[in-house]
Amino acid sequence: MGIKWDEFFITGDPLILGSQIAILLTMIGAVAGITYLKKWKYLWTEWLTTVDHKKIGIMYIISAVLMFFRGGMDGLLMKAQTARPEMEFLNSQHYNEIFTTHGVIMILFMAMPFLIGLMNVVIPLQIGARDVAFPQLNALSFWLFFSGAMLFNISFVIGGSPDAGWTSYFPLAGKEFSPGIGNNFYAVALQIAGIGTLMTGINFIVTILKMKTKGMTLMKMPMFTWTTFVTSILIVAAFPIFTVALALMTFDRLYGTHFFTVSGGGMDMLWANLFWLWGHPEVYIVALPAFGIFSEVIATFSRKSLFGYKSMVFSILGIALLSMVVWVHHFYTMGSGPAVNSFFSITTMAIAIPTGVKMFNWLFTMRKGRIKITSAMLWALAFVPCFVIGGVTGVMLAMGAADYQYHNTLFLVAHFHYVLIPGVVFAVFAGLYYWWPKMFGFMLNEKIGKWHFWLFVIGFNVTFMPMFFLGLNGAVRRAYTYSAESGFAPLFMLSAIGSIILAAGFAVFCYNIYWSIRYADRNISSDPWDARTLEWSTASPVQFYNFAKLPEVKSLDPFWHMKKKNEGLTLYDSEIEEIHMPSNSWLPIYMGVIFGIAGFLLVFEWHIAAAVAAIGIFAGLIIRSFDYNEGFHVTKDEIHRIENAWRKTEGEVHDHVS
Amino acid sequence: MKKMLLSLTALLPLMVLSGCNMVVFEPQGPVARSITELINWSLIWMLLVVAVVFGLFGYIVWKYRERPENKDYEPPEEHGSTLLEIIWTGIPILIVIALTIPTVKTLYALEETPKGYEEKEPITIHVTSADWKWIFSYPEEGIETVNYVNIPEDTPVLFKMTSASTMQSFWVPALGGQKYTMPKMETELYLVADNPGSYEGQNTNFNGRGYADMKFEVLAQTQEDFDQWVDDVKDTAPKLTEDEYEGLLKPTHLGRLTYSNTHLEWVNHADPNSKAYTNPELYRGHGYQGKTFEEDDNYKNENPNVIEGHGEEESHDSQENHGGDHHGH
Repeated sequence: MGIKWDEFFITGDPLILGSQIAILLTMIGAVAGITYLKKWKYLWTEWLTTVDHKKIGIMYIISAVLMFFRGGMDGLLMKAQTARPEMEFLNSQHYNEIFTTHGVIMILFMAMPFLIGLMNVVIPLQIGARDVAFPQLNALSFWLFFSGAMLFNISFVIGGSPDAGWTSYFPLAGKEFSPGIGNNFYAVALQIAGIGTLMTGINFIVTILKMKTKGMTLMKMPMFTWTTFVTSILIVAAFPIFTVALALMTFDRLYGTHFFTVSGGGMDMLWANLFWLWGHPEVYIVALPAFGIFSEVIATFSRKSLFGYKSMVFSILGIALLSMVVWVHHFYTMGSGPAVNSFFSITTMAIAIPTGVKMFNWLFTMRKGRIKITSAMLWALAFVPCFVIGGVTGVMLAMGAADYQYHNTLFLVAHFHYVLIPGVVFAVFAGLYYWWPKMFGFMLNEKIGKWHFWLFVIGFNVTFMPMFFLGLNGAVRRAYTYSAESGFAPLFMLSAIGSIILAAGFAVFCYNIYWSIRYADRNISSDPWDARTLEWSTASPVQFYNFAKLPEVKSLDPFWHMKKKNEGLTLYDSEIEEIHMPSNSWLPIYMGVIFGIAGFLLVFEWHIAAAVAAIGIFAGLIIRSFDYNEGFHVTKDEIHRIENAWRKTEGEVHDHVS
Repeated sequence: MKKMLLSLTALLPLMVLSGCNMVVFEPQGPVARSITELINWSLIWMLLVVAVVFGLFGYIVWKYRERPENKDYEPPEEHGSTLLEIIWTGIPILIVIALTIPTVKTLYALEETPKGYEEKEPITIHVTSADWKWIFSYPEEGIETVNYVNIPEDTPVLFKMTSASTMQSFWVPALGGQKYTMPKMETELYLVADNPGSYEGQNTNFNGRGYADMKFEVLAQTQEDFDQWVDDVKDTAPKLTEDEYEGLLKPTHLGRLTYSNTHLEWVNHADPNSKAYTNPELYRGHGYQGKTFEEDDNYKNENPNVIEGHGEEESHDSQENHGGDHHGH
């Protein structure tokens, strides 16, 4: 196959050599540790083959935290490189690879899986279901995402990272201008992960429509369920576009077609259109569930139901619809004429209207409440001012003519970080602090949590606020260096200092997880926040079958009303029935591995080997089609035993501890 | 909470005040000025939105926070208010309309000869962006420059832009907004400079290793100086040949160059059927090379003068100072 071993592993860069050694040591350490603790069997039966939505959700979250670390390191390296003018820390090629992987990893391998992880844990519980509609498909979604993420990550040490930006515009990303295999990693890894995401979307649409418990109509669904539902529809609408775009890219790069290569008669703007036709809804795919999380957190800690529930639902639908018709605002400057630009200016600005409605509804949810400022609530509170800054600068960018001055500058970079960090990262932190006791049966430390919060929020503002001014002063994005005469130096330095504070916040977050696992109080109630939705009506951590008896819903915030009226909380012996649950399966992880191998071979354009590996994919599909495992039944005795263990006395939930 | 609010509100006036010395807020011509006016208009509305939301937010969080005194307070069951929701849907709609009208007007105005200069005959300059340099052709004057462009003051200049390689973006923030340059396509942009002066222009669309240094100078001169310069160039500058031109298009950094003819004589990259001069060999980064690439001659324009993998880095080092001796504003 003509392997050039000297080019196979990236050599000659001390940073990368250090990472290669660190990766190797970590792998050896992990294998040795698991073997020493004799945890292989536990790991295999409880986690790797699981089809339990809660465990899959937790695996998503763990992967997302790891990817957050990777993407964050990329960010820090970029900030170090631009801290001073004419800095010689990274060369331009290395910088290009780093901002490319930073963008891809943060959006596709951090933000999405983090949210999908929380959805997995929470949604079946919120709608009173025992699992998602297709549990094994759910596991497959996770393993495909994980496989894609790993494939994308190894590009860093094997073969070379993609370097054409996370948008990978053609013709730059084509074979003509990027002849290495870096961008093959982009095409193949995102394709594999994207298939997983698409299946998640389908899975959640069916779960939410078909598995809601008795009495839960669409207009009684919690807001996080609503946003997840609309997000899933957006995924199903948008991801196939990306799938097609990536497939065409793969053909262009691997087989010499010319869909996007201009010199061969292709059309580079076709890529830009397809990319953003997916890419803009993608922004809302990550933002909408985050809005749902804030809705839950704000309502719970204000002790009030969500203000204007109906208009909240309509505004999500409005945002979702508009998100599909604004993609051209990413290339106003392509010269498509004032009529086109005017149309897309208006549709883009219109998104601010439903978003503004949501903002005021959140504020008025808090009004007349009793706002308990926990770590989770702090994130929701900080979201409001930070996201407003992101929002108003978004409106400024939406104005086509004004965008001619902002386009591709750091003003834009500052804007989307002001949208995505408060709108997604703050949300996943809020969600993690909020639902952590539900996942693990203990809380994250509130005091360390506040350190995490303040460092992160201050660091975030110090990092990205200067970029607005840099952009207005002519600093462009993606430039690895700038001259001393440009006058950019002080603000770039300030931004770099901010990124260190931001990173310290993340470090405290990791420490909080460590501290809480070791020392946190295990003796907490199943409803520590005095919350409002159904997930809090069952044990913490949740028993594998979720609900011994599926709850009945009569209103919004059903659990809150159950508690107020003291009805529906009791579990009588006569109500216990056998529960049917799905069995674990090795197939999803097998498919993940085989997709990873086939993808890796395809990246290196070893087509025959890749085709052989692909036989394994079809073998997996065939095995699945002959799989007649119907799952198993949980006996009444076992349910009785498990329920007795967490209910203080028969028929009562724990008193809440606050 | 308060701390964060304070730090944020402290930054806002800074945003407005420091606007005084940012290039986007110091327009040097009517095109840039019309955009700046639009930006200022939007800033007023946006600051209003920020003030309202921040004020309401601070008031609500402070007033209704949990305190020992309100321990027994049970918040009311409240589901919404049609009137309030109509208000905060209606007002944003009005704001969007207030922003839309001038946006659309400006969008249309930018496509035409700048206001106040309709009488004056615009001069046409062809812009060809390549990796990683800017080529300016003056078809009327029959001259060509690389990495700098001289224009007469108070005269509308119509830039007809295309790219010889990747997609790039032409931006002179002091004079006006940007537009993409794309291979086999043509975009147009009008710029006018009010006064003589030197302004920095650059590419804003990422196009590989040499992207950060892809800058050029726009020198606005009096009509007399400009005419004098054109005559000088015609008399003294060398002629460009197609072979030399092909060399120019290699992915390298160049200093300033001047020629007494234009490459439009043999190729206009805006033409969909024009010849492509790219050679993948010259774009090798590090890392393992794919197979499609190993097969010989995928591309019609095989360049005999292949330089090795890191050619760009070398030429970058040796020519670092070229074209860098001009700074705008």
